[in-house]
Amino acid sequence: QLSLFRLTMKRLFSTSHSSVDSKEMKKFQLLAHKWWDEEGEYSALHSMNDIRVPFIRDTLLNVSSNYHLGNPLSGVKILDVGCGGGLLSEPLARLGASVTGIDPLEDNIRTADQHKSFDPVLDKRIQYKSCSLEEIVEESMETFDVIVASEVVEHVADLEMFINCCSQVLKPEGSLFITTINKTQLSYVLGVVVAEKIIGIVPEGTHEWEKFVPPEELEHLLESKGFTVKTVNGMLYNPFLGSWSWMESTSINYAMHAVKLGAQGQSSPTDDLSEMESEQRSAVAGTAV
Amino acid sequence: VWDACSEAMIVFEKDDLDDMGYIVENDVIMSALTKQLDAVADRVEVFYGSRAVGYTWPFPSRSCDTSPWVQIELDDGRRLQTKLLIGADGHNSVVRKEAEIKNIEHQYDQSAVVATLHLAEATDNNVAWQRFLPTGPIALLPLSDTVSSLVWSTSHEHALELVAMDEESFVDSINSAFWSNANHSDFIDTAGAMFRSAISLLKPSGTAVRQLPPSVAKVDPESRAMFPLGMGHATEYVQHRMALIGDAAHRVHPLAGQGVNLGFGDIACLAHHLSAAAFNGSDLGSLKHLLKFETERQRHNVSLITAIDVLKRLYSTKLTPLVLLRTWGLQATNALPPVKVRI
Repeated sequence: QLSLFRLTMKRLFSTSHSSVDSKEMKKFQLLAHKWWDEEGEYSALHSMNDIRVPFIRDTLLNVSSNYHLGNPLSGVKILDVGCGGGLLSEPLARLGASVTGIDPLEDNIRTADQHKSFDPVLDKRIQYKSCSLEEIVEESMETFDVIVASEVVEHVADLEMFINCCSQVLKPEGSLFITTINKTQLSYVLGVVVAEKIIGIVPEGTHEWEKFVPPEELEHLLESKGFTVKTVNGMLYNPFLGSWSWMESTSINYAMHAVKLGAQGQSSPTDDLSEMESEQRSAVAGTAV
Repeated sequence: VWDACSEAMIVFEKDDLDDMGYIVENDVIMSALTKQLDAVADRVEVFYGSRAVGYTWPFPSRSCDTSPWVQIELDDGRRLQTKLLIGADGHNSVVRKEAEIKNIEHQYDQSAVVATLHLAEATDNNVAWQRFLPTGPIALLPLSDTVSSLVWSTSHEHALELVAMDEESFVDSINSAFWSNANHSDFIDTAGAMFRSAISLLKPSGTAVRQLPPSVAKVDPESRAMFPLGMGHATEYVQHRMALIGDAAHRVHPLAGQGVNLGFGDIACLAHHLSAAAFNGSDLGSLKHLLKFETERQRHNVSLITAIDVLKRLYSTKLTPLVLLRTWGLQATNALPPVKVRI
């Protein structure tokens, strides 16, 4: 409860007008060339593809019933925010999507560009740009069918502005996929202490527990910006097998799928139900935290 | 299947199982494959009559100037590059050698003689016969009511003789190999008979009427050929952007008729893993799913390859104790339906 209050205060008095945090950038600068070593520092992100790509793919396939067999995401325009070295952009592009990957760090974009250049199909389907989300809003109003912000929101300086921008560049009824880390005692112990300091599956200093976002808060924020949250799933990393799996509890990592409300802001009967549910959940969260 | 040194035999019958197997001529398989390839000509390109003369592997640690795909140079000078190279080039695989994968191999002192045979009389030719001679197993595989295929594994010298001799002598050798009791010893016959009565006391199902193998009348003139036999197993089936399948990964003795089946199994498994990887948008050459293929197949193949090798050695001798062992072993297995079904 107290930490939630502190976080809100911090944002209210934040002087930065960007969602990008320069301290965060410095952390990633050092590891820019390590992205594509599947056994290296980013191995956990590589293996996360095994659950996040099917999650995105299957959610989008459920929306449109007809799809091309070899390219299930063909015709879908995706924005990968905070794409890093392109770990998630590439598989989505292989499934047929047109992907725009953005990252504020030039070194990351350079690594991503070079890696995709070896594959002529990927080279055509992916465009990388070194910039922040706000910088492309003007030229990309309601351009994308899907926005993917995976392992990003725990690094942004101004989450509210970030969500605002997402909403602006997303087409009505477009999908927003977020994966991030919850802010709980468990996530501190496992996500920071164990992951960084003990086992070292995440480079040390990558995560600041203060910036972790609880799903209730994220959901509340999304709904206030014109989104309907459709799915929230907990994720679990097994460091012995180096693999991810889904789990009921969102107390450590979780994935969220939200849909931007249609042009007239109307909601279908199922939307009404989920709105009620999320209101109940926020009320519970207020007392439980 | 039976032993030349005793009366022991084992019969696998179709009644208790679904179709036991199929024997298909290689030409028929090739023709079917060619038809299928033509049907997907928009997605598969076949370069007939071409050879690869050089491979360039990607470095595992991505040093960024070199392309991270496999480069292949063909004999006509063309260069190809690929995300995944599949080596299906037989037991002397060049792909395997170029990838510097260690191969555990062992040459048997045997060659196999193959031929197409015409039977003395037309029959319901639906039984595959195999007799274990001390020099090696001889097998007759049915192709039609009048034609069978011969696979005779024997010593190199004997194989050369068989291929060189005139057709009549060749046919005589085959018939004698199936019918002669020269290798029986009284001791073994008695021991075998004793065991058989003991089994029939416990399991009075009795032995069915014993079918007899067909006699051979003549051999197709140009059909005789021989090739050396050996055992081989690659220590790794996969590497970054490379996978081995079929005889390039493993080589077995023909006595169990499993060589090509192992290859088919490899293909089904690799296709399954590649298709799952593709549906996840993965890079097809990524070790992650290639290793899953390797683990699955090695687990399956190693036990079978070892078993075939052991059987080969067990049946390569006239030594009484081993003959007794395999005689009783075979008789016991023949009497145990659950074991036979598993086999």
